[in-house]
Amino acid sequence: MTGVNSFSVSGYGPARAGWTRVLARDSLARRLDWPILLSAVALSLIGSVLVFSATRNRTEINQGDQYYFLIRHLMNTGIGIALMIGTIWLGHRTLRNAVPVLYGLSLLGILLVLTPLGSTVNGAHSWIVFGGGFSLQPSEFVKITIILGMSMLLAARVDAGDKLYPDHRTVVQALGLASVPMLIVMLMPDLGSVMVMVMIVLGVLLASGASNRWVFGLLGAGAAGAVAVWQLHILDEYQIARFAAFANPSLDPAGVGYNTNQARIAIGSGGLTGAGLFHGSQTTGQFVPEQQTDFVFTVAGEELGFVGAGLIIVLLGVILWRACRIARETTELYGTIVAAGIVAWFAFQSFENIGMTLGIMPVTGLPLPFVSYGGSSMFAVWVAMGLLQSIRVQRPMSA
Amino acid sequence: MTNIPETGRTPRVQIRLVVIQILVLSLLGTLGGRLWYLQIREGAAYAKEASGNHVQQVVEPAVRGSILDARGVPLADNETRLVVSASRTDLLKQPDDGKAVLTKLAGVLGMDPTEVMQKVRLCDAKTPQPCWNGSPYQPIPITDEATAKQALQIRERAEDFPGITAEPEAVRRYPAPGKSNTAQVLGYLSPVTDDEITKAQDTDSPYLRSDQVGRSGLERQYDKELRGKAGVTRYEVDNLGRVIGQAEATPAQPGSNLVTSIDSRVQRVAEYELNNAMKVARQQFDKITGTNYKADSGAVVVMEAKTGRIVAMASAPTYDPNVWVGGISAKDYRKLTGKNSDYPLLNRAIQGQAAPGSTFKVVSTAAAVEAGYVWDGGYPCTSSYSVGGQVFNNFEGENFGPISLGRALEVSCDTVFYALADREWKKDGGINPKKGEPKDYFYKAAHQFGLGKETGVDLPNEVTGRVPDRQWKESYWKANKASWCKYGKKNGTYVEKIAYENCLEGNKMREGDSINYSIGQGDTLVTPIQEAVIYGALANGGTMYQPSIGKAIVSADGRTVTEIKPKKSGKLPISKATLAGMDDALAGVVTRGTAAWKFGGWPQDKIELHAKTGTAEVYGKQTTSWLATYSKDYTVIMTIAQAGTGSGASGEAVRHIYNALYGVSADGTIDKKNALLPTPQKGLPTVRADGTITSPKVAKDPAKDQRASQEKAPEPDASQPAGTTQQNTTNQNTRRRRRRRRDGCGGAAGRRSVGRRSLA
Repeated sequence: MTGVNSFSVSGYGPARAGWTRVLARDSLARRLDWPILLSAVALSLIGSVLVFSATRNRTEINQGDQYYFLIRHLMNTGIGIALMIGTIWLGHRTLRNAVPVLYGLSLLGILLVLTPLGSTVNGAHSWIVFGGGFSLQPSEFVKITIILGMSMLLAARVDAGDKLYPDHRTVVQALGLASVPMLIVMLMPDLGSVMVMVMIVLGVLLASGASNRWVFGLLGAGAAGAVAVWQLHILDEYQIARFAAFANPSLDPAGVGYNTNQARIAIGSGGLTGAGLFHGSQTTGQFVPEQQTDFVFTVAGEELGFVGAGLIIVLLGVILWRACRIARETTELYGTIVAAGIVAWFAFQSFENIGMTLGIMPVTGLPLPFVSYGGSSMFAVWVAMGLLQSIRVQRPMSA
Repeated sequence: MTNIPETGRTPRVQIRLVVIQILVLSLLGTLGGRLWYLQIREGAAYAKEASGNHVQQVVEPAVRGSILDARGVPLADNETRLVVSASRTDLLKQPDDGKAVLTKLAGVLGMDPTEVMQKVRLCDAKTPQPCWNGSPYQPIPITDEATAKQALQIRERAEDFPGITAEPEAVRRYPAPGKSNTAQVLGYLSPVTDDEITKAQDTDSPYLRSDQVGRSGLERQYDKELRGKAGVTRYEVDNLGRVIGQAEATPAQPGSNLVTSIDSRVQRVAEYELNNAMKVARQQFDKITGTNYKADSGAVVVMEAKTGRIVAMASAPTYDPNVWVGGISAKDYRKLTGKNSDYPLLNRAIQGQAAPGSTFKVVSTAAAVEAGYVWDGGYPCTSSYSVGGQVFNNFEGENFGPISLGRALEVSCDTVFYALADREWKKDGGINPKKGEPKDYFYKAAHQFGLGKETGVDLPNEVTGRVPDRQWKESYWKANKASWCKYGKKNGTYVEKIAYENCLEGNKMREGDSINYSIGQGDTLVTPIQEAVIYGALANGGTMYQPSIGKAIVSADGRTVTEIKPKKSGKLPISKATLAGMDDALAGVVTRGTAAWKFGGWPQDKIELHAKTGTAEVYGKQTTSWLATYSKDYTVIMTIAQAGTGSGASGEAVRHIYNALYGVSADGTIDKKNALLPTPQKGLPTVRADGTITSPKVAKDPAKDQRASQEKAPEPDASQPAGTTQQNTTNQNTRRRRRRRRDGCGGAAGRRSVGRRSLA
């Protein structure tokens, strides 16, 4: 399939013209997964409103223009949709061949962060800042690279029909491929992204059909590592306190505990229908830090209440549900693994992000897919959206 | 799943995909559940917290009102001082709980580091003063006497002094005009406690964390009026405290000023004379105990006879009320309240009680008239009165023959009252009266004279004194029977014998009790203020007034002046004729009776004085002296514990007070220019348009000026030392006299010895 342009979709039914062609059962429009696409667009638009509400008064960051973040969020969404279209056009199979190039670029990006070019934003040293307010967070793209790279390795021999499951050697190779960028990201340090990547690796391994020994072995190793870190006092007490502050804000009342507490107050005070858009006192008063990025969910909680915040969870649920279906329905293991990796990524990142605002997960700097302000994240999730659509578009039609 | 072609897909992958899907959905379900819990179940609580979050209160404390004397001279006001405070919350964030910071601070302030640390610790049951009894979240004042240089040192090196602030603040000041101290009357302030905040929360005058509350004296009595209301501005703020919403402000209402009836000059004279009288008494030899008099405490009250307004009220020993300002030090606190202190916080004019001695005879005289004894009957004043083996002597065994009640009062003849009380006791049924039979004229009269209960003076914690009537005896016996019966021995020491007797019949009114009682000895207790009410009523024709110090409450802007009117508390139970007779008799005390030797040369024809002396016996101690006096305008009561007789200990001091009031010189001439207050102050001081109150300047020491002017003839101005010239004051005239004391030194006044003792 290399080099085949997905848009022409040749070989699937006769060529037609006009609306008939667009609406034809085997047309691109009909083959796209609309629920997942509309959900993503809806989340992005809700996100733009929430970002606007959170930033319109923050004169110290919005350069005096209350629409600054709103416009940029919409622009990012537009660019993201374009990237999705580009991804669909290229097709996930084409990208499989580009993995070495993508992998190299990703490594270069995250290595650059470690050089003096990188900068620290909100405690995470994971940014490359260009001039003119433009910055990039390469670790977001590493997530895609890891998914594509591992999928390529793990699916190669299975899709070729040589094996039923990836053998041990392939798994070791795949893990090796993933571990190099993960180690670099850990050095940044950007623990939130590392956690997402670990989940991606687990999801990918699960979906690839790799031996149970690998899956449980990795889970066990992770648990043992966590216990070791805790028991051997590798972390300072204050680091543990910071970590645990999500459950007990009084452990770190001025730091993470403050965020957690204010976030919980914001969401809790929303009630069923919320204070109304632009009327949340916690949001207007800027009591919740990073409210346009990591804590954007609190704006929804306070101003839109259970109804609005619940809608966000439902829309994420639609995306994840459809993505799972895409993973199940595609014919080749490669597509399945890519889709499953994206599911693991979106699911964990959403759970972690919303969970920390609700006080059930520790606080890490992870954006909420589509909703949070932030270019790199937005671009990455839309590329992932493109991959899902590509997998869906190129699945075989049922008879 | 049926539509998936067989392209090497295995059931294992399919199952795992389903597992992933279930995991993902359960994660989302968890989020939804948690969201429901926070927003729906706990939503109300969080909504409340959110509203508290974004509203900030800025509290502007109200300036406390001043306490002024009758002419507008401030007795208590405020001054701006540099206050250095420490925030406990910030200090506790330091690794060593702020010890290093406080030690450094002590160095800058030149204080002892331990003292600084004691000041910031919190008071509890086990922690002695000094400690902080205010809120732990409130900055704790370390000192209010920081110099500008020290404040700068602290402010410029803010990073070296985390949690320490140096700010100018209005603090209480007791300026002591003309050296008048007035400490116990004014009272003092200390920080509000958590309990008080909680209690006052829902009243119309809630406390602020930073409030100082009046703890005694006028500061406490008029706390609500003086305190004012703090201004509160509510802002809607963001996380950095920037105002984002509408402000809602109630401006601070400064406390009202309290105008009192105290005249700071008379107050100073009274204090000076009391103190001096005590000093003199300590040089007198007491024949009974064989040592000099201890004269360890005393009180004087100067009251307007026709209104009950207090012109001066002094209690000795005293202290400087300024020690309370800005938190009291451990040393000072021990000095004021420790076991070895002489309890200078007590206002002995309202909290000191002693047997009244012969000053009580006005009550007994009234009781006798009430019981039907004629005024002019010939009552034998023998040298002793015997009752069944017990002999009650007249004072120093004097014998005046048969005399009238008036004469008995004048010469203070004990035996006349013994006999009358004894007859009444017998009429009432003796030791075992029938129920309802006793008329108890002598006890009833005491109650009618206002004894045994508070006078209602506008000062807190007044004591009641005691009338040892049948009811009291019964309850006292019940309370003490056990210990009396345990301790008492029939043939033991004096004390043991008394206890034995008390155990047997302490609940009964014994013959000796009634006899002793009639001359103000025994278990009777009165306070100086009660005496002032009684003698004031004798002066004004029989009306008892509730004594008062507050005269008017003037709002800070001067627009509202609430006068505090004199309140009548009752009538003396005596007829006009009896009153006139007693008036004559008490005037006789001054001209030829027990006080005459101290009032020689007094211009009685122009300013008629009346007096009654008293010497109360106290078991195990020297006698308490009483001198109760009145003119037509004033009553002056002085008492000194362990100082001998009333006239001997206080005669000169009281005369000096009258001299000062009326401008009388030692030789009896009256010079109106020297009079501090020849008639009681009627009006209130003038309130200016801006709410301030005019006040005349007060001389450096009116008491010394008075002493000087009373004893000296007028001299040319040239002799007046330039440095002490006072302007614009009534004391100016008194100042113009040259000092010509017999011993040449004002401070040594009263070193004269008292040549003889007088009748009590």
